Amino acid sequence: MIEGQPLIDFGWIAGHFDSIVQRIVQHLQLTILPLVIGIVISLILAVWAVRQPRAYGPVTAITGLLYTIPSLAAFAALRPIFGLSLLTALIPLTTYTLLILFRSFAAGFSAVPAEILEAAEGMGYTRRQRLLRVELPLAVPLMIAGVRLASVTTIGLATIAAVLGDTFGGLGQLITEGIQNFFPTKYLLGAALSVVLAFAADYLFVRFERLVTPWARARAGGR
Amino acid sequence: MSDVIDFFLDPTHWVGDTGIPNRLVEHLIISGLAILAATIIAVPIGLYIGHTNRGAGFAINLANIGRAVPSYAMMVIPLPFTLALAPILGYDPTFGLNFLPIFLAMTFLAIPPLLVSTYAGLRSVDRDLIEAGRGMGLRERQILGRIELPLASSIIVGGFRTATLQVIATATIGAILSGGGLGRFIFDGLNQGLAGRASIYAGAILVAALAIGVDAVLALVQRRLTPRGLRKPRGARAYVPNQAAEVAPGGGGLPST
Amino acid sequence: MTGLATHGAIVQFDNVSKSYDPEATKSGRGPAAVNDLSLTVPAGKICILVGPSGCGKTTSLKMVNRLIEPTSGRITIDGVDVTTQELTSLRRRIGYVIQQVGLFPHQTIGENVATVPRLLGWPKARLRERSEELLGLVGLEPARYRDRYPSQLSGGERQRVGVARALAADPPIMLMDEPFGAVDPIVRDRLQNEFLRLQETIAKTILFVTHDIDEAIKMGDLVAVFQTGGILAQFGTPLDILAAPASEFVARFVGQDRGLKRLSLLRVSDVPLQAAVTARPGDGAADARRRALDDPLRYLLMIDASNRPLGWVAHGDIPAEGALTETMANPVSPTVNKRTTLKDALSMMLDADVQTGIVVDRTGAVQGLLTVDAIAAKMRAGEHAPAFDQLAASEPEPGEPGADETGAMGAAEPAEEAPEPAEEEPEPADGEPPDAVPPLEVGPGQQ
Repeated sequence: MIEGQPLIDFGWIAGHFDSIVQRIVQHLQLTILPLVIGIVISLILAVWAVRQPRAYGPVTAITGLLYTIPSLAAFAALRPIFGLSLLTALIPLTTYTLLILFRSFAAGFSAVPAEILEAAEGMGYTRRQRLLRVELPLAVPLMIAGVRLASVTTIGLATIAAVLGDTFGGLGQLITEGIQNFFPTKYLLGAALSVVLAFAADYLFVRFERLVTPWARARAGGR
Repeated sequence: MSDVIDFFLDPTHWVGDTGIPNRLVEHLIISGLAILAATIIAVPIGLYIGHTNRGAGFAINLANIGRAVPSYAMMVIPLPFTLALAPILGYDPTFGLNFLPIFLAMTFLAIPPLLVSTYAGLRSVDRDLIEAGRGMGLRERQILGRIELPLASSIIVGGFRTATLQVIATATIGAILSGGGLGRFIFDGLNQGLAGRASIYAGAILVAALAIGVDAVLALVQRRLTPRGLRKPRGARAYVPNQAAEVAPGGGGLPST
Repeated sequence: MTGLATHGAIVQFDNVSKSYDPEATKSGRGPAAVNDLSLTVPAGKICILVGPSGCGKTTSLKMVNRLIEPTSGRITIDGVDVTTQELTSLRRRIGYVIQQVGLFPHQTIGENVATVPRLLGWPKARLRERSEELLGLVGLEPARYRDRYPSQLSGGERQRVGVARALAADPPIMLMDEPFGAVDPIVRDRLQNEFLRLQETIAKTILFVTHDIDEAIKMGDLVAVFQTGGILAQFGTPLDILAAPASEFVARFVGQDRGLKRLSLLRVSDVPLQAAVTARPGDGAADARRRALDDPLRYLLMIDASNRPLGWVAHGDIPAEGALTETMANPVSPTVNKRTTLKDALSMMLDADVQTGIVVDRTGAVQGLLTVDAIAAKMRAGEHAPAFDQLAASEPEPGEPGADETGAMGAAEPAEEAPEPAEEEPEPADGEPPDAVPPLEVGPGQQ
């Protein structure tokens, strides 16, 4: 910090507005892409794991192990391989979302009570109809909880990716540059924005879950 | 790959301030202190909330906040203040740069998992047992100590596990500020360009090894503490959606940011 | 009921067996879940499958809608083998109710009820109309319940929705697996009564599984008693099972109080009434006395101008001359009507000082007297195998030495009255429904 300089230089912010916005967009890219890929893969894996219960153990064990590894180590390990291409960041980010999502999705499916599935089968639902019309809707609450956690976590992890180099961009970039240049405005802004982004995502998914599960709230109302 | 092996075989990397042992010690010290501070703060509060069930909403909200805040952001926010307060509180400004912000961030990030898992662990104890205890004349503190804690211990350790991994990971990144810890191998390697590849890999391996090792030990402890009747047999598909785990995933549940 | 016009279909089991380990079963080492079951459920009747746990009753039920596939034998509905029909279309034509109901939590009650019609592709307007119709049918006000969610309903209400849902597509057959098991006895009783009333109008063929023999006797037109190993022990009307248990197992399963259980199935109208010797206040005492002496009953019944009973006068209390007055009467007997069950009647009678029931009609006028002897005679007339009760009474407690298990027909009952065959039960005026069912096929399980 340089003496005499105000903590936050709003002039600087105003002047660099565009590049700040660009960083935010980059950050969103770094978040949304792994999330979407993670959701698709986890959904397939989860449906498969519920049908093949024995697969559940090994898959959780492997992903659990990968999880313990601090993200910086993961990013760093891939850098020499993929250089500074987006893959270096995307692969670990996607892998991390996979564990959270797989666990939540599998939990969501196993939480559907067996008697409901039996009733559905007995009434004449085909297997596909049962999955789409009964299992999936009932698994949704836990699934959304998983996506909520994954999105928030990924936003956090994406800030770390920028530490490796400046091609990933994102808000982590702002923080790193701010630290390296002893420029508080930059790193505080980067930090604050990443926190706001994370909270916004969290809030968004809370509202989304409430929107999609009207029956869960009904408990309080009726009787 | 071979240069990584060379890196480990190079004896100079094992001595001195920048050697592996020293970096490991630095990492462990700061991690240990943060976990200790977080435990001292979080566990008593968690015990209170868990036993009386007052303030549960606060616990849940705290968990959400703790999960949402990016650790990197958490590290840099205190920075201006820890630097500015140096002359006022009378500590060395470099301390305010190297140690304090990271320590504060790690402590802050470790509190939610610990607090929530303590709370969840206590809530998971069968109410009937507690009532039986009261009926037998046990005082509240005895109920907590003799009934609730033993049964909750495995979930609490699960939270401890999560918090520890979180702390280790944050310390790794904290190397960017602190100049210490195993993360330094990674950052030094990044600064050296092409020549630093071995260092980057070595750092990653060391950090991963530390994290996995600590997690494995804690997992063993957790398993030991699970009452025999509740233990799930190895390999059995027994995903019991555990609401306590949902709030505070037991061990390895969250990626270490 | 306009919306539920489809009448019941005939369900038939032909030598149906189910084994989860066919090799073991064949060599005799392992039990079968269902063992060579043959029975026919006539259209529009309720057939109860009852027995202890593990007797194969639920397995048998689930083979009808093919949730479980038989190992051998065949099941037909109206003559058509169920295995020849497309699976989901078969199931959509069978109503299915399970104990935990299995309502879909994420759908409203209305949507739950309309499940099968929706699967069948009914138009939206009709779906809604149908839901409301059925909710009303099971006693749930449509406007109040249609848009609620299952989590907001009580256990009894959910069970009703389950029944409504099963009836929605107007199936000819209903399969019910312990449907009333998960609610408390008061609610269960109410649900059973309402269901029986419902069945009077809709006349579906119902296969109903329960482990509760009392429920079986109350609900069933026909009862199939299963024993462990998937063997059919007896198949007949509730009275058959009670009056003539085919084996010791059945006798024991039904319970030692099967005599009383039979009493609850019979009504006052099934028993011949004894004429009452009556007199009105103001009648001459001497004349009343003379008439009373002919009567084996030691009491004279005083009645009023409308023939309503006022009370008994003991023979010894009738004055030799003068007129009878109302104050001489002691109203110490229960009044019953022709629809009262014999069990209730007997219970009231035994409590009274004068153990005779006064049978009255709707206006309260005396029609006759119900005596304990008459009830006893009625019971004897229906009894077929008294030997089992004697055996049960003399059996040592489990664990006691000398458990001497004699064969089924071991102990001989001293024949005081020649036991009459069941068919000779007097046909009452408005009593139990006559046996209009075709000859029942019984499996080898019955002796």
